[in-house]
Amino acid sequence: MPSRTVSHGSSGRLRGLFLVMVLVFLESSVFTLAFASSDQHSPTTAHSDGHKATDHGSHNNTGKAFPVLDLNYENVRVPFEISLWVLLASLMKLGFHLVPHLSNIVPESCLLIVVGLLVGGIIRGTGETVPPVLDSKLFFYILLPPIILDAGYFLPIRPFMENLGTILIFAVVGTLWNAFFVGGLLYGVCQIGTESSSILSRIGLLQCLLFGSIISAVDPVAVLAVFEEIHINELLHILVFGESLLNDAVTVVLYHLFEEFSGIGTVTLVKGFLGVISFFVVALGGVLVGVLYGILAAFTSRFTSHTRVIEPLFVFLYSYMAYLSAEIFHLSGIMALIACGAVMRPYVEANISHKSHTTIKYFLKMWSSVSETLIFIFLGVATVAGPHDWNWTFVTVTVILCLVARVIGVVGLTFIINKFRIVKLTTKDQFIIAYGGLRGAIAFSLGFLLEKDHFPEREIFLTAIITVIFFTVFVQGMTIKPLVELLAVKKKQEAKRSINEEIHTQFLDHLLTGIEDICGHYGHHHWKDKLNRFNKKYVKKCLIAGERSKEPQLIAFYHKMEMKQAIQLVESGGGIKLPSAMPSTVSMQNIQPRPPTKPAAERAIPQLSKTKEEEIRKILRTNLQRTRQRLRSYNRHTLVADPYEDGLSDLFLKKQKMFQIEKKLKEMNTYLTVPAPPPDSPTMCRARLASDPQAYSIKPALNKVPMIQVDLASPQSPDSVNLLDEFGQANQQEEEEQGLMMKPPSRPREGKKPGEEDEAKDQQKLMRCLSDPGPSADEDEDGAFLP
Amino acid sequence: MGSRASRLLREEEIEEIKKETGFSHSQITRLYSRFTSLDKGENGTLSREDFQRIPELAINPLGDRIINAFFPEGEDQVNFRGFMRTLAHFRPIEDNEKNKNPSATEPLNSRTNKLLFAFRLYDLDRDDKISRDELLQVLEKVDVEQKMSIRFLH
Repeated sequence: MPSRTVSHGSSGRLRGLFLVMVLVFLESSVFTLAFASSDQHSPTTAHSDGHKATDHGSHNNTGKAFPVLDLNYENVRVPFEISLWVLLASLMKLGFHLVPHLSNIVPESCLLIVVGLLVGGIIRGTGETVPPVLDSKLFFYILLPPIILDAGYFLPIRPFMENLGTILIFAVVGTLWNAFFVGGLLYGVCQIGTESSSILSRIGLLQCLLFGSIISAVDPVAVLAVFEEIHINELLHILVFGESLLNDAVTVVLYHLFEEFSGIGTVTLVKGFLGVISFFVVALGGVLVGVLYGILAAFTSRFTSHTRVIEPLFVFLYSYMAYLSAEIFHLSGIMALIACGAVMRPYVEANISHKSHTTIKYFLKMWSSVSETLIFIFLGVATVAGPHDWNWTFVTVTVILCLVARVIGVVGLTFIINKFRIVKLTTKDQFIIAYGGLRGAIAFSLGFLLEKDHFPEREIFLTAIITVIFFTVFVQGMTIKPLVELLAVKKKQEAKRSINEEIHTQFLDHLLTGIEDICGHYGHHHWKDKLNRFNKKYVKKCLIAGERSKEPQLIAFYHKMEMKQAIQLVESGGGIKLPSAMPSTVSMQNIQPRPPTKPAAERAIPQLSKTKEEEIRKILRTNLQRTRQRLRSYNRHTLVADPYEDGLSDLFLKKQKMFQIEKKLKEMNTYLTVPAPPPDSPTMCRARLASDPQAYSIKPALNKVPMIQVDLASPQSPDSVNLLDEFGQANQQEEEEQGLMMKPPSRPREGKKPGEEDEAKDQQKLMRCLSDPGPSADEDEDGAFLP
Repeated sequence: MGSRASRLLREEEIEEIKKETGFSHSQITRLYSRFTSLDKGENGTLSREDFQRIPELAINPLGDRIINAFFPEGEDQVNFRGFMRTLAHFRPIEDNEKNKNPSATEPLNSRTNKLLFAFRLYDLDRDDKISRDELLQVLEKVDVEQKMSIRFLH
């Protein structure tokens, strides 16, 4: 909801105005659509004749005036209607969030279905026939893929893989159980409960089983739509969602199997056996196709460094091709799409530019959102369109059986699964899983695909399917949120994982892998580790461009982060008076990176050899310099991209000025018992270290090494405090302000030690900008510092 | 396996280990066979070299630390009891165990003991504190996956 600064009254008025506009638009568009749909009845020949006639007319009747304004709707009819529908859907979506409190009570999907019903009702009310909008082809080839791709591309791989066994069991065994239970019992009810002449008794067992297989599949679209709003914890989300994705293979196989059986009329054991085999073919084949296209996409993205603009296109095209290729062979298109997205993502993200990444993300979200909206609206319209054949027995029995089957299935399977899980599924979890088994538009489209001649009871089926969908989406969808609150189910943790968590998770992964190896047990961690190593060694080198195939060390990442934040700090703050306890997570929103006055890129970080670093580190260690205590938690939103090469020279100038003023202040201090040596002669520093020309004179160092900013960022600067403590000075306040600023060697030179500290300071600054923040600081801050 | 006469696991030992660690009978026998297969010197104890002979452990970045965790302070050999004691930390937690004997010492696989084990892995010099240096060494060995780090830094 956009935040408005106007008073509540006028915002209410604005909102109301907007809603009125939406409604007017809605009405007009509906009428246009109705009017337009009636045009499709006019025979095309008459249409073209008419067109020709007007042409001739304009030629022959020279007396007729030249049409300044002409109406020609037919040319743009199809694109116009499509755009109108999409616009309608988007406006509806917009409208819902403007109405206060509505989106909290009713999930969006329900509202959209209601809108569809309204639109359909209006169209029918005007006497026109409702256009058959939820055409199966449109649904399966246009509306469904974006949603699935969005889900697959952003699938959280780790929880998915960890729970893969559970998900597969729910998807495969659960769907099979549902299908046979519902189909079988329905057949029994049809045969027993009704008279032999009624239409129900004519429904064969195979038809019932087919119906059962259509109705038993949990629908990913509906699950996504509802679960997105309840923010449930990750485990449950991935269980229900993963199940809805993976049961597509089962549904496809069962559907084709029963369709063919009921067409032919006989069932043989061989055919049943072939059915089982075809399940594996469909599932694994779909995944294989997806992986293939994923690798192709990753490989292609390796070479796109010069044509960044079309990078997102490759992602979309390869995924869509994967889906279509799988559909050619009647393999599971959904699984192909998921596999393609999940496989290509790590490599593509390493290769493409940041902007392309954002583009992909937002395009996927946009398309999937629009698709979802359209699907629900069309569902509503199709409900009105019919044709319907309401049969009380059939429909009610179906609804009840679906619920019962789901509950029994979940409870039974969980009982078995819990024997193999370390983190068991509690009763609450089971309830949510059972309750979250929503049916949706896929079931409807599959039912729509049935041919009338093979299935005379098609209308009964469709009515029942729609009823079940409505029931699950409305009743279950609306009540799941309050139930989640009531049962106090764990919610999703909103914050992204901190670096700390990442490190420890990795640590524990390695630990568990090691223990598994010691036990000689080839378990989950063992294979994951093997896959990771294979990935790192071979695959990444192929699919990721250039130097990015090497994983960055954590330390390097930390330095870069430090640098950036420090630089931004200086750019924004930059005063002499620095807060003594600067919070670690600095808000970056007000930072404007300034345009560089000079290209300073090459001066940014002097390259220091490993031995040099070691030496410096050792010296620092011996002096127990204390530096930054901890890693910040990495939050994407607090980092602004990449300014660390810009504006360095400005910073240096500013720094120098500050430095001069500080020096003046220092000189006035009483603790100086020895007149300060001239500030620009760090000869001792230079003498002590090897001839590294870069770091050890103050002035040149300022130009070359952007160390100072890092100092400012440090939340505490008791290094200086510690140093001074040694000499019994208590000038903490001043020192703290400066942080670890470059100070003139104005301290009494009592020998090697202070000089060492000094140069240690220099090196520390050098260190700070280059590499890790030095070693082995002691924990106790208060103790006097004694090297 | 169990054919070396001097190294057969006696029933009393199994019982003791069961009580101490909570492993089941079959698990203990299976781990014992693994222990003996690792024990090339056939002296009933494992040395560090025996562990290092495991190929996957050699490439594990934390291999040394894990091996060190098996050997108590100062010793170079670990017998089967010690082996099992360390492995017992990795059993899944069973909640009902907590209620049985609140006064007795916690089972080896309790949450606290797991955390203690993990802590000791970080704390190399065993001074009961994790110093900055030690944490740094962990960071160096363990890479953060790319997904945490790349995006903004190119």
